[in-house]
Amino acid sequence: MSNLPVPAPRVNSETQPFWDGTAEGRLVLPHCDRCAFVIWYPRSFCPECGCTEVTWKAASGFGTIYSFSITRKGQGEYRHATPYVLAYVELDEGPRVLTNVVEDDPDALEVGQRVRVVFHDTGQGTALYRFCRA
Amino acid sequence: MSIRGKAAIVGAFEHPLRDIPHLTLAQVHREVAAGALADAGLSFADVDAYFCAGDAPGFGALSMAEYLGLKPRIMDSTETGGSSYLFHVGHAAALIAAGKCSVALVTLAGKPRSGGAGPGGSGGFGGSPEAGFENSWGITVPNAYALAARRHMYEFGTTSAQLAEIKVAASQHAQHNPAAFLRDVVTVEEVLDSPMVADPLHRLDCCVITDGGGAVVVANAQIARSLGGGRRAGWILGHGETMKSTNNGRIDLTHTGAVWSGAAAFAEAGVTPADIRYASIYDSFTITVLQTIEDLGFCAKGDGGRFVSDGALVAPFGALPFNTDGGGLCNNHPGNRGGMTKIIEAVRQLRGEAHPAVQVPNCSLALAHGTGGNLGTRTGAATLILGQQSS
Ligand SMILES: [Zn+2]
Repeated sequence: MSNLPVPAPRVNSETQPFWDGTAEGRLVLPHCDRCAFVIWYPRSFCPECGCTEVTWKAASGFGTIYSFSITRKGQGEYRHATPYVLAYVELDEGPRVLTNVVEDDPDALEVGQRVRVVFHDTGQGTALYRFCRA
Repeated sequence: MSIRGKAAIVGAFEHPLRDIPHLTLAQVHREVAAGALADAGLSFADVDAYFCAGDAPGFGALSMAEYLGLKPRIMDSTETGGSSYLFHVGHAAALIAAGKCSVALVTLAGKPRSGGAGPGGSGGFGGSPEAGFENSWGITVPNAYALAARRHMYEFGTTSAQLAEIKVAASQHAQHNPAAFLRDVVTVEEVLDSPMVADPLHRLDCCVITDGGGAVVVANAQIARSLGGGRRAGWILGHGETMKSTNNGRIDLTHTGAVWSGAAAFAEAGVTPADIRYASIYDSFTITVLQTIEDLGFCAKGDGGRFVSDGALVAPFGALPFNTDGGGLCNNHPGNRGGMTKIIEAVRQLRGEAHPAVQVPNCSLALAHGTGGNLGTRTGAATLILGQQSS
């Protein structure tokens, strides 16, 4: 269960492939065609080597909590969603992504715990990627 | 070419108020500009370079330069959040060294308390390329800094009580500052008992939210020596600036850009951390201070918690007296931007004009460091090393 708001992200032509993936329940990441770097945040080129050819590939959806905060005071749409967990999750593919961990007992969370992705529909053709304990 | 000893901060002024409903943002900029110029013994007509950041109303430096009646040869509106003003002073010194200008004015003003604007600096500004990947998950300023605190605790065993020591030291300084927003001395227990804002950061781990402003005047060596015999000049000996990014998905939350800006500033000044008598350390949150102290080399990485627990930060006799005005944690964080007040208190220390209870004896060498943006995402970092003497 989650009572988190699901604000729609800002999508543009460069990030459309990523967000199209979320609508299908997949975490699709751009991989550099030249150096194989897994690019985050998603871009149409590789910021590591400058290559402008990328291939979008589905990630496993698994990762590890890199850090988290149990937020007691939210703002805007999150004002009434407290407590909620903001986190960085390190995907098994490498990138550390800013996200939420959906957890009924946030005091039980620890850095290093394994998590898997869940998607929450924004109602606008996209879904927010969040994580729960694997 | 080095900027070492080529320019000095000759004027510094902090707006005395912390709640300014009766003035416009532009008026506060003018008041602090006038204050800093008067402090220097200069006038608006002497200014030939103007610097401001994103807090200034209008179109970069253009609107405010016009409003103030300036005719600048140089303008710079570098925007790196609360660290902007340390970038500006570094840029001003370099431009003075290059002969492009002679008297540079840097201003800051903000009204988050009376103006209704919320705390600034959170990640993912609306149109930025990262916005879609940072704005939908409830990021605030405190919870993103909390991510940095949590990771530092995980990797190095840092505790909430150690972070609280930083607030305690700031409060001990603020009790002597009549203008400070918070003047009550607090204990570690009081910090830990204050409401949790974003675990592991408590309310008292956070800086104050204040209206206010400040300004500094940077002049070339000849002018600096002509003003009051140069006795009130804070000579710019070293400067370093950088950004710390999310590193293409490999963000490391345990350090700041001070790792690089500090090293550059120390190298330019030709001094080491052991030479610094006083440090203004950016203190948006207690964790900001802890990481920065480590990154500047005042202690080893991961030892910040132990370092601050030994009373190192308490003026005048701690190993590293810091933020003797009470800092952003207690005194003032005007416009949610603490960089200007960091410079101003460093100048007060060099002049011997800090409060006697916290004045560092013979403060010959001071450091000021700014951290702008958000430790949980991307930050600007700038370090200044300032001296009583030009060499
Ligand atoms: Zn590449």
